[in-house]
Amino acid sequence: MAFLNIFKRSARKRTTLAEGHVVPDAARCVQCGICTYNCPIEIDVRAHVWRSEAINRSECLTCGECVARCPRGVLRFERTDLFAAGAS
Amino acid sequence: MRHVIIGSGVAGIAAIESILSVERSAEIIMLGDDPHGFYSRPGLAYYLTGEISDQALYPKTREDYKKLGFTYRQARVKKILRDETSLQLDDNSLLTYDRLLLATGAFATPLAVPGATLQGVVKLDHLNDARIILKLAKRGRTAVVVGGGITALELAEGLLARGMDVHYLLRGDRYWSNVLDEQESRIIEARLQVEGITLHFHSELQEIIGRSGKVNSIRLKNGKTLKCDLLAYAIGIQPRVELAREAGLQVDRGILVDEFMQTNDPNIYAAGDVAQVFDPITGHSILDSLWGAAREQGCAAGMNMVGRNTPYVKSIPFNVTRLAGLTTTIIGAVGHGRDDDLVGIARGDSETWRELPNAVIAQSGFDVNRVRILVGEQKLIGAVVMGDQTLSIPLQRIITQQVDISPMRDRLLAHDAKLSDVIVDFWTKLKS
Repeated sequence: MAFLNIFKRSARKRTTLAEGHVVPDAARCVQCGICTYNCPIEIDVRAHVWRSEAINRSECLTCGECVARCPRGVLRFERTDLFAAGAS
Repeated sequence: MRHVIIGSGVAGIAAIESILSVERSAEIIMLGDDPHGFYSRPGLAYYLTGEISDQALYPKTREDYKKLGFTYRQARVKKILRDETSLQLDDNSLLTYDRLLLATGAFATPLAVPGATLQGVVKLDHLNDARIILKLAKRGRTAVVVGGGITALELAEGLLARGMDVHYLLRGDRYWSNVLDEQESRIIEARLQVEGITLHFHSELQEIIGRSGKVNSIRLKNGKTLKCDLLAYAIGIQPRVELAREAGLQVDRGILVDEFMQTNDPNIYAAGDVAQVFDPITGHSILDSLWGAAREQGCAAGMNMVGRNTPYVKSIPFNVTRLAGLTTTIIGAVGHGRDDDLVGIARGDSETWRELPNAVIAQSGFDVNRVRILVGEQKLIGAVVMGDQTLSIPLQRIITQQVDISPMRDRLLAHDAKLSDVIVDFWTKLKS
Protein backbone atom coordinates (compact mmCIF):
# COMPACT_ATOMS: atom_id res chain seq x y z
CA MET A 1 0.00 0.00 0.00
CA ALA A 2 2.82 2.40 0.94
CA PHE A 3 4.28 1.79 -2.52
CA LEU A 4 1.05 2.92 -4.19
CA ASN A 5 0.82 6.01 -1.96
CA ILE A 6 4.06 7.34 -3.40
CA PHE A 7 2.36 7.59 -6.78
CA LYS A 8 -0.72 9.19 -5.27
CA ARG A 9 1.34 11.97 -3.66
CA SER A 10 3.19 12.76 -6.84
CA ALA A 11 -0.05 12.93 -8.78
CA ARG A 12 -1.42 15.42 -6.26
CA LYS A 13 1.68 17.57 -6.61
CA ARG A 14 1.30 17.77 -10.38
CA THR A 15 -2.29 18.86 -9.96
CA THR A 16 -1.21 21.71 -7.69
CA LEU A 17 1.46 22.90 -10.07
CA ALA A 18 -0.93 23.00 -12.99
CA GLU A 19 -3.99 24.42 -11.36
CA GLY A 20 -3.02 26.43 -8.30
CA HIS A 21 -1.52 29.75 -7.39
CA VAL A 22 -0.59 31.39 -4.12
CA VAL A 23 -3.04 33.86 -2.62
CA PRO A 24 -2.54 36.05 0.44
CA ASP A 25 -4.66 37.11 3.38
CA ALA A 26 -3.14 40.56 3.83
CA ALA A 27 -4.80 41.16 7.20
CA ARG A 28 -2.54 38.51 8.75
CA CYS A 29 0.69 39.86 7.30
CA VAL A 30 3.27 41.89 9.23
CA GLN A 31 5.61 42.29 6.22
CA CYS A 32 8.40 40.35 7.93
CA GLY A 33 9.70 39.25 4.55
CA ILE A 34 10.24 35.53 5.23
CA CYS A 35 8.27 34.73 2.06
CA THR A 36 10.39 36.93 -0.21
CA TYR A 37 13.59 35.82 1.54
CA ASN A 38 12.85 32.17 0.81
CA CYS A 39 11.51 32.45 -2.73
CA PRO A 40 13.96 30.49 -4.91
CA ILE A 41 13.35 32.73 -7.90
CA GLU A 42 13.26 35.99 -5.93
CA ILE A 43 9.66 36.97 -6.47
CA ASP A 44 8.81 39.76 -4.04
CA VAL A 45 5.95 37.83 -2.47
CA ARG A 46 5.69 40.33 0.37
CA ALA A 47 4.95 43.20 -2.03
CA HIS A 48 2.11 41.17 -3.53
CA VAL A 49 0.69 40.60 -0.06
CA TRP A 50 0.88 44.33 0.77
CA ARG A 51 -1.30 44.98 -2.31
CA SER A 52 -3.52 41.95 -1.57
CA GLU A 53 -2.62 40.44 -4.92
CA ALA A 54 -2.30 36.76 -5.77
CA ILE A 55 1.14 35.58 -6.90
CA ASN A 56 0.04 35.22 -10.49
CA ARG A 57 3.40 35.67 -12.15
CA SER A 58 4.10 33.00 -14.70
CA GLU A 59 7.60 32.37 -13.25
CA CYS A 60 6.13 31.25 -9.90
CA LEU A 61 7.00 27.59 -9.45
CA THR A 62 4.25 27.10 -6.85
CA CYS A 63 6.97 25.29 -4.93
CA GLY A 64 5.24 26.19 -1.67
CA GLU A 65 8.31 27.58 0.12
CA CYS A 66 6.57 30.87 0.94
CA VAL A 67 3.37 29.10 2.03
CA ALA A 68 5.27 26.73 4.31
CA ARG A 69 7.65 29.30 5.79
CA CYS A 70 5.17 32.06 6.60
CA PRO A 71 4.83 31.99 10.38
CA ARG A 72 1.38 33.60 10.29
CA GLY A 73 -0.51 31.56 7.75
CA VAL A 74 -0.81 34.50 5.35
CA LEU A 75 -0.38 32.45 2.18
CA ARG A 76 -2.28 29.52 0.79
CA PHE A 77 -2.73 27.71 -2.50
CA GLU A 78 -5.92 28.32 -4.36
CA ARG A 79 -7.13 26.45 -7.39
CA THR A 80 -7.22 28.62 -10.45
CA ASP A 81 -9.55 26.32 -12.39
CA LEU A 82 -8.14 27.58 -15.66
CA PHE A 83 -9.41 24.56 -17.48
CA ALA A 84 -12.64 24.14 -15.58
CA ALA A 85 -15.78 23.75 -17.62
CA GLY A 86 -17.06 27.13 -18.67
CA ALA A 87 -13.84 29.02 -17.94
CA SER A 88 -12.79 31.33 -20.72
CA MET B 1 -0.88 71.46 1.25
CA ARG B 2 1.94 70.13 3.43
CA HIS B 3 1.38 66.92 5.36
CA VAL B 4 3.90 66.07 8.05
CA ILE B 5 4.03 62.62 9.60
CA ILE B 6 5.98 61.94 12.78
CA GLY B 7 7.01 58.30 12.96
CA SER B 8 8.27 55.86 10.34
CA GLY B 9 6.17 52.80 11.14
CA VAL B 10 3.39 51.13 9.21
CA ALA B 11 0.72 53.67 10.25
CA GLY B 12 2.76 56.48 8.72
CA ILE B 13 3.47 54.59 5.48
CA ALA B 14 -0.20 53.63 5.13
CA ALA B 15 -1.19 57.28 5.63
CA ILE B 16 1.23 58.38 2.89
CA GLU B 17 -0.25 55.88 0.43
CA SER B 18 -3.76 57.13 1.25
CA ILE B 19 -2.83 60.79 0.88
CA LEU B 20 -1.12 60.18 -2.46
CA SER B 21 -4.02 58.10 -3.75
CA VAL B 22 -6.17 61.24 -3.52
CA GLU B 23 -3.68 64.09 -3.94
CA ARG B 24 -0.89 62.89 -6.19
CA SER B 25 1.02 66.17 -5.86
CA ALA B 26 0.70 66.52 -2.07
CA GLU B 27 3.84 67.55 -0.25
CA ILE B 28 4.58 64.93 2.39
CA ILE B 29 7.42 64.94 4.89
CA MET B 30 7.97 61.97 7.16
CA LEU B 31 10.09 62.56 10.25
CA GLY B 32 11.55 59.62 12.11
CA ASP B 33 14.14 59.17 14.84
CA ASP B 34 14.81 55.53 14.00
CA PRO B 35 17.94 55.54 11.80
CA HIS B 36 16.58 52.56 9.86
CA GLY B 37 13.32 54.16 8.69
CA PHE B 38 10.46 51.78 7.85
CA TYR B 39 11.03 48.09 8.49
CA SER B 40 8.98 45.22 9.86
CA ARG B 41 9.21 45.52 13.62
CA PRO B 42 7.38 42.18 14.16
CA GLY B 43 9.97 40.65 11.81
CA LEU B 44 12.69 41.34 14.39
CA ALA B 45 11.66 38.08 16.07
CA TYR B 46 12.65 36.12 12.96
CA TYR B 47 15.85 38.11 12.60
CA LEU B 48 16.76 37.09 16.15
CA THR B 49 16.17 33.40 15.41
CA GLY B 50 18.21 33.68 12.21
CA GLU B 51 15.33 32.89 9.87
CA ILE B 52 15.85 36.11 7.92
CA SER B 53 18.63 38.64 7.44
CA ASP B 54 18.29 42.23 8.62
CA GLN B 55 18.15 43.37 4.99
CA ALA B 56 15.02 41.28 4.48
CA LEU B 57 13.17 43.35 7.09
CA TYR B 58 12.69 46.31 4.76
CA PRO B 59 9.44 46.02 2.79
CA LYS B 60 10.26 48.96 0.56
CA THR B 61 13.38 49.96 -1.31
CA ARG B 62 14.73 53.46 -1.92
CA GLU B 63 13.24 53.19 -5.41
CA ASP B 64 9.80 52.49 -3.93
CA TYR B 65 10.09 55.62 -1.80
CA LYS B 66 11.13 57.66 -4.82
CA LYS B 67 8.14 56.38 -6.74
CA LEU B 68 5.82 57.19 -3.87
CA GLY B 69 7.21 60.72 -3.84
CA PHE B 70 7.69 61.87 -0.27
CA THR B 71 10.61 63.17 1.74
CA TYR B 72 12.01 61.18 4.64
CA ARG B 73 14.04 63.06 7.21
CA GLN B 74 15.77 61.47 10.16
CA ALA B 75 14.99 63.99 12.85
CA ARG B 76 13.58 64.18 16.34
CA VAL B 77 10.73 66.57 17.02
CA LYS B 78 11.21 68.58 20.21
CA LYS B 79 7.92 70.40 20.30
CA ILE B 80 4.62 70.86 18.50
CA LEU B 81 3.85 74.59 18.27
CA ARG B 82 0.13 74.38 17.62
CA ASP B 83 -0.50 78.13 17.44
CA GLU B 84 2.06 78.46 14.67
CA THR B 85 1.18 75.08 13.09
CA SER B 86 4.85 74.19 13.11
CA LEU B 87 7.27 71.76 14.68
CA GLN B 88 10.50 72.53 16.45
CA LEU B 89 13.12 69.95 15.48
CA ASP B 90 16.16 68.79 17.43
CA ASP B 91 18.42 71.25 15.58
CA ASN B 92 15.96 74.01 16.65
CA SER B 93 14.82 74.58 13.07
CA LEU B 94 11.09 75.01 12.47
CA LEU B 95 8.96 73.02 10.06
CA THR B 96 5.45 74.18 9.28
CA TYR B 97 2.56 71.83 8.59
CA ASP B 98 -0.99 72.08 7.31
CA ARG B 99 -1.93 68.62 8.57
CA LEU B 100 0.06 66.65 11.10
CA LEU B 101 -0.10 62.92 11.83
CA LEU B 102 1.33 61.59 15.08
CA ALA B 103 2.36 58.00 14.44
CA THR B 104 5.06 57.86 17.07
CA GLY B 105 4.42 54.28 18.19
CA ALA B 106 5.29 52.94 21.61
CA PHE B 107 8.38 52.10 23.62
CA ALA B 108 9.18 49.23 25.96
CA THR B 109 8.18 49.97 29.53
CA PRO B 110 11.49 50.27 31.39
CA LEU B 111 12.44 47.93 34.20
CA ALA B 112 12.29 49.57 37.59
CA VAL B 113 14.82 47.47 39.48
CA PRO B 114 18.34 48.30 40.62
CA GLY B 115 20.87 47.53 37.90
CA ALA B 116 18.46 48.17 35.02
CA THR B 117 20.96 50.47 33.29
CA LEU B 118 23.82 47.96 33.24
CA GLN B 119 25.28 46.91 29.91
CA GLY B 120 23.58 43.65 28.96
CA VAL B 121 20.06 44.70 29.96
CA VAL B 122 18.15 44.64 26.67
CA LYS B 123 14.70 45.16 25.14
CA LEU B 124 13.29 44.65 21.64
CA ASP B 125 11.93 47.96 20.38
CA HIS B 126 14.08 48.61 17.32
CA LEU B 127 16.40 47.01 14.83
CA ASN B 128 19.31 48.48 16.78
CA ASP B 129 18.11 46.63 19.90
CA ALA B 130 18.07 43.35 17.95
CA ARG B 131 21.61 44.00 16.71
CA ILE B 132 22.83 44.66 20.26
CA ILE B 133 21.16 41.43 21.44
CA LEU B 134 22.87 39.40 18.72
CA LYS B 135 26.23 40.93 19.56
CA LEU B 136 25.83 40.17 23.26
CA ALA B 137 24.54 36.65 22.54
CA LYS B 138 27.76 35.87 20.67
CA ARG B 139 29.85 36.65 23.73
CA GLY B 140 27.51 35.50 26.49
CA ARG B 141 26.51 32.11 27.78
CA THR B 142 23.44 32.56 29.96
CA ALA B 143 20.41 34.81 29.43
CA VAL B 144 17.47 35.63 31.66
CA VAL B 145 14.16 36.82 30.20
CA VAL B 146 11.48 38.62 32.21
CA GLY B 147 8.05 39.78 31.11
CA GLY B 148 5.13 38.29 29.25
CA GLY B 149 3.10 38.24 26.06
CA ILE B 150 4.53 37.61 22.62
CA THR B 151 7.73 39.65 22.87
CA ALA B 152 9.05 37.84 25.96
CA LEU B 153 8.86 34.53 24.08
CA GLU B 154 10.40 36.07 20.96
CA LEU B 155 13.35 37.13 23.11
CA ALA B 156 13.62 33.76 24.86
CA GLU B 157 13.45 31.76 21.64
CA GLY B 158 15.75 34.14 19.76
CA LEU B 159 18.41 33.89 22.46
CA LEU B 160 18.04 30.10 22.56
CA ALA B 161 18.46 29.92 18.78
CA ARG B 162 21.69 31.89 19.20
CA GLY B 163 23.09 29.25 21.51
CA MET B 164 22.46 30.77 24.93
CA ASP B 165 21.15 28.98 28.01
CA VAL B 166 17.85 30.73 28.59
CA HIS B 167 16.00 31.14 31.87
CA TYR B 168 12.49 32.59 31.72
CA LEU B 169 11.14 34.13 34.93
CA LEU B 170 7.39 34.19 35.51
CA ARG B 171 5.92 36.03 38.46
CA GLY B 172 2.82 33.88 38.69
CA ASP B 173 2.10 30.23 38.06
CA ARG B 174 1.54 30.36 34.30
CA TYR B 175 2.33 32.12 31.02
CA TRP B 176 0.10 34.96 29.65
CA SER B 177 -2.67 34.26 32.09
CA ASN B 178 -5.05 37.02 30.99
CA VAL B 179 -5.26 35.94 27.33
CA LEU B 180 -4.61 32.18 27.36
CA ASP B 181 -6.49 29.68 29.48
CA GLU B 182 -4.63 27.26 31.70
CA GLN B 183 -4.47 24.43 29.14
CA GLU B 184 -3.04 26.78 26.53
CA SER B 185 -0.46 28.17 28.95
CA ARG B 186 0.62 24.64 29.85
CA ILE B 187 1.00 23.65 26.20
CA ILE B 188 3.30 26.62 25.59
CA GLU B 189 5.27 26.08 28.80
CA ALA B 190 5.81 22.39 28.02
CA ARG B 191 7.07 23.23 24.55
CA LEU B 192 9.43 25.89 25.85
CA GLN B 193 10.90 23.36 28.26
CA VAL B 194 11.32 20.77 25.51
CA GLU B 195 13.11 23.40 23.42
CA GLY B 196 15.54 23.81 26.32
CA ILE B 197 14.31 26.96 28.07
CA THR B 198 14.29 26.77 31.88
CA LEU B 199 11.11 28.20 33.38
CA HIS B 200 11.06 29.68 36.87
CA PHE B 201 7.53 30.17 38.26
CA HIS B 202 6.72 32.50 41.16
CA SER B 203 9.98 34.27 40.45
CA GLU B 204 10.19 38.02 40.61
CA LEU B 205 13.30 39.94 39.76
CA GLN B 206 14.62 42.06 42.61
CA GLU B 207 18.00 43.25 41.41
CA ILE B 208 20.43 42.97 38.52
CA ILE B 209 23.96 42.75 39.81
CA GLY B 210 26.82 44.02 37.68
CA ARG B 211 30.55 43.73 37.47
CA SER B 212 32.55 46.43 35.66
CA GLY B 213 29.30 47.95 34.44
CA LYS B 214 28.04 44.71 32.87
CA VAL B 215 25.35 42.24 33.90
CA ASN B 216 26.86 39.51 36.02
CA SER B 217 23.94 37.94 37.90
CA ILE B 218 20.41 38.56 39.15
CA ARG B 219 18.77 38.26 42.52
CA LEU B 220 15.13 37.23 42.90
CA LYS B 221 12.71 38.37 45.59
CA ASN B 222 12.78 34.87 47.08
CA GLY B 223 16.50 35.35 47.70
CA LYS B 224 17.80 33.06 44.93
CA THR B 225 20.58 34.29 42.67
CA LEU B 226 21.39 33.28 39.12
CA LYS B 227 24.56 34.04 37.16
CA CYS B 228 23.90 35.48 33.71
CA ASP B 229 25.46 37.69 31.01
CA LEU B 230 22.28 39.16 29.60
CA LEU B 231 18.87 40.17 30.89
CA ALA B 232 16.12 40.73 28.33
CA TYR B 233 12.83 42.30 29.34
CA ALA B 234 9.39 42.71 27.77
CA ILE B 235 7.08 43.84 30.54
CA GLY B 236 4.80 45.92 28.30
CA ILE B 237 4.85 48.99 26.11
CA GLN B 238 3.83 52.61 26.54
CA PRO B 239 2.51 54.82 23.75
CA ARG B 240 4.89 57.71 22.99
CA VAL B 241 2.52 60.48 23.99
CA GLU B 242 4.95 63.11 25.38
CA LEU B 243 4.84 65.42 22.35
CA ALA B 244 1.05 65.34 22.31
CA ARG B 245 0.74 65.86 26.05
CA GLU B 246 3.13 68.83 26.04
CA ALA B 247 1.19 70.32 23.15
CA GLY B 248 -2.02 70.16 25.18
CA LEU B 249 -3.72 67.45 23.12
CA GLN B 250 -6.13 65.13 24.92
CA VAL B 251 -4.19 62.15 26.19
CA ASP B 252 -5.34 59.23 28.29
CA ARG B 253 -3.25 56.04 28.02
CA GLY B 254 -2.70 56.99 24.38
CA ILE B 255 -3.62 60.02 22.28
CA LEU B 256 -7.39 60.22 22.18
CA VAL B 257 -8.85 60.36 18.67
CA ASP B 258 -12.36 60.37 17.27
CA GLU B 259 -13.62 58.01 14.58
CA PHE B 260 -11.80 60.12 11.95
CA MET B 261 -8.48 59.62 13.78
CA GLN B 262 -8.56 63.31 14.61
CA THR B 263 -7.31 64.64 17.94
CA ASN B 264 -8.91 67.60 19.70
CA ASP B 265 -6.88 69.82 17.33
CA PRO B 266 -8.54 69.66 13.89
CA ASN B 267 -5.15 69.86 12.14
CA ILE B 268 -3.63 66.98 14.07
CA TYR B 269 -4.33 63.27 13.70
CA ALA B 270 -2.94 60.18 15.44
CA ALA B 271 -2.70 56.53 14.35
CA GLY B 272 -1.02 53.28 15.28
CA ASP B 273 0.25 52.16 18.69
CA VAL B 274 0.10 55.73 20.03
CA ALA B 275 -3.61 56.25 19.28
CA GLN B 276 -6.37 55.37 21.71
CA VAL B 277 -9.36 54.56 19.57
CA PHE B 278 -13.08 54.19 20.24
CA ASP B 279 -14.02 50.51 20.29
CA PRO B 280 -17.66 49.77 19.45
CA ILE B 281 -17.38 46.32 21.08
CA THR B 282 -16.42 47.53 24.53
CA GLY B 283 -17.95 51.00 24.27
CA HIS B 284 -14.81 52.80 25.33
CA SER B 285 -11.50 53.96 23.88
CA ILE B 286 -8.83 51.31 23.88
CA LEU B 287 -5.25 50.63 22.83
CA ASP B 288 -4.19 48.07 20.22
CA SER B 289 -0.61 47.30 19.34
CA LEU B 290 -1.38 45.28 16.25
CA TRP B 291 0.29 45.79 12.88
CA GLY B 292 -2.97 45.31 10.96
CA ALA B 293 -4.86 47.81 13.09
CA ALA B 294 -2.03 50.35 12.73
CA ARG B 295 -2.14 50.02 8.95
CA GLU B 296 -5.93 50.45 8.85
CA GLN B 297 -5.76 53.46 11.16
CA GLY B 298 -3.00 55.03 9.05
CA CYS B 299 -5.10 54.52 5.90
CA ALA B 300 -8.11 56.22 7.48
CA ALA B 301 -6.03 59.07 8.94
CA GLY B 302 -4.46 59.74 5.53
CA MET B 303 -7.85 59.94 3.82
CA ASN B 304 -9.16 62.33 6.46
CA MET B 305 -6.05 64.50 6.21
CA VAL B 306 -6.94 65.17 2.57
CA GLY B 307 -10.56 65.89 3.39
CA ARG B 308 -12.12 62.57 2.40
CA ASN B 309 -14.26 61.88 5.43
CA THR B 310 -13.45 58.27 6.17
CA PRO B 311 -14.42 56.90 9.56
CA TYR B 312 -12.19 54.24 11.06
CA VAL B 313 -14.36 51.42 12.24
CA LYS B 314 -12.33 49.40 14.66
CA SER B 315 -12.52 45.80 13.61
CA ILE B 316 -12.40 42.85 15.94
CA PRO B 317 -8.73 42.49 16.81
CA PHE B 318 -6.87 39.40 15.81
CA ASN B 319 -3.27 38.35 15.59
CA VAL B 320 -1.51 35.28 14.33
CA THR B 321 1.73 34.62 16.08
CA ARG B 322 4.12 31.85 16.94
CA LEU B 323 4.31 30.85 20.57
CA ALA B 324 6.97 28.26 21.38
CA GLY B 325 7.01 27.26 17.72
CA LEU B 326 3.25 26.80 17.66
CA THR B 327 1.24 28.96 15.30
CA THR B 328 -1.49 30.59 17.35
CA THR B 329 -4.41 32.74 16.22
CA ILE B 330 -6.10 34.97 18.78
CA ILE B 331 -9.38 36.61 17.75
CA GLY B 332 -11.82 38.83 19.65
CA ALA B 333 -12.38 38.61 23.40
CA VAL B 334 -10.74 35.53 24.90
CA GLY B 335 -9.45 36.37 28.36
CA HIS B 336 -9.81 38.57 31.39
CA GLY B 337 -8.06 39.87 34.45
CA ARG B 338 -4.43 40.89 34.68
CA ASP B 339 -1.11 39.26 34.05
CA ASP B 340 1.53 40.03 36.67
CA ASP B 341 4.28 39.69 34.06
CA LEU B 342 2.99 42.68 32.11
CA VAL B 343 2.37 46.32 32.88
CA GLY B 344 -0.55 47.35 30.66
CA ILE B 345 -0.44 46.40 27.00
CA ALA B 346 2.30 44.39 25.23
CA ARG B 347 3.38 44.34 21.58
CA GLY B 348 1.05 42.44 19.23
CA ASP B 349 -1.67 42.84 21.83
CA SER B 350 -5.14 44.30 22.13
CA GLU B 351 -6.97 45.45 25.23
CA THR B 352 -10.14 43.98 23.68
CA TRP B 353 -8.76 40.46 24.15
CA ARG B 354 -9.19 40.84 27.90
CA GLU B 355 -12.78 42.11 27.76
CA LEU B 356 -14.38 38.70 28.08
CA PRO B 357 -18.15 39.11 28.32
CA ASN B 358 -20.55 36.44 29.50
CA ALA B 359 -20.05 33.67 27.02
CA VAL B 360 -19.98 29.91 27.00
CA ILE B 361 -16.64 28.30 26.30
CA ALA B 362 -16.36 25.39 23.92
CA GLN B 363 -13.05 23.68 23.41
CA SER B 364 -11.52 20.62 21.89
CA GLY B 365 -8.10 19.09 21.59
CA PHE B 366 -5.85 18.91 24.60
CA ASP B 367 -2.55 18.04 23.05
CA VAL B 368 -0.70 20.39 20.71
CA ASN B 369 -3.60 21.28 18.46
CA ARG B 370 -6.30 23.07 20.32
CA VAL B 371 -9.22 25.32 19.60
CA ARG B 372 -11.17 27.34 22.14
CA ILE B 373 -14.16 29.41 21.14
CA LEU B 374 -16.27 31.82 23.12
CA VAL B 375 -19.90 31.32 22.15
CA GLY B 376 -22.32 34.21 22.54
CA GLU B 377 -26.08 34.16 22.02
CA GLN B 378 -25.94 34.60 18.24
CA LYS B 379 -22.30 35.27 17.51
CA LEU B 380 -18.92 33.88 18.29
CA ILE B 381 -17.14 36.35 20.54
CA GLY B 382 -13.59 35.11 20.42
CA ALA B 383 -11.32 32.19 19.62
CA VAL B 384 -7.85 30.85 20.21
CA VAL B 385 -6.57 28.40 17.60
CA MET B 386 -3.33 26.70 18.49
CA GLY B 387 -1.28 24.41 16.28
CA ASP B 388 -3.32 23.13 13.32
CA GLN B 389 -4.64 26.27 11.65
CA THR B 390 -7.42 24.69 9.57
CA LEU B 391 -10.02 26.56 11.60
CA SER B 392 -8.09 29.81 11.77
CA ILE B 393 -9.46 31.47 8.63
CA PRO B 394 -13.08 30.26 9.05
CA LEU B 395 -13.12 31.48 12.65
CA GLN B 396 -11.44 34.75 11.71
CA ARG B 397 -14.20 35.42 9.17
CA ILE B 398 -17.08 34.15 11.33
CA ILE B 399 -16.00 36.31 14.27
CA THR B 400 -14.86 39.47 12.47
CA GLN B 401 -17.89 39.49 10.17
CA GLN B 402 -20.14 38.73 13.14
CA VAL B 403 -21.91 35.92 11.34
CA ASP B 404 -25.13 34.62 12.91
CA ILE B 405 -24.17 31.22 14.33
CA SER B 406 -27.67 30.13 15.36
CA PRO B 407 -27.65 27.18 12.91
CA MET B 408 -24.63 25.60 14.63
CA ARG B 409 -24.85 26.94 18.19
CA ASP B 410 -26.47 23.87 19.75
CA ARG B 411 -24.07 21.53 18.00
CA LEU B 412 -21.10 23.60 19.22
CA LEU B 413 -22.25 23.36 22.80
CA ALA B 414 -23.19 19.68 22.67
CA HIS B 415 -21.34 17.39 25.04
CA ASP B 416 -18.18 16.05 23.35
CA ALA B 417 -18.79 18.20 20.29
CA LYS B 418 -16.15 17.87 17.59
CA LEU B 419 -15.68 21.58 17.12
CA SER B 420 -13.64 21.33 13.97
CA ASP B 421 -16.27 19.21 12.19
CA VAL B 422 -19.10 21.51 13.26
CA ILE B 423 -17.27 24.69 12.25
CA VAL B 424 -15.98 23.35 8.93
CA ASP B 425 -19.47 22.07 8.07
CA PHE B 426 -21.02 25.46 8.93
CA TRP B 427 -18.30 27.33 7.04
CA THR B 428 -18.65 25.17 3.94
CA LYS B 429 -22.42 25.74 3.83
CA LEU B 430 -21.92 29.47 4.45
CA LYS B 431 -19.54 29.80 1.52
CA SER B 432 -21.69 27.85 -0.92
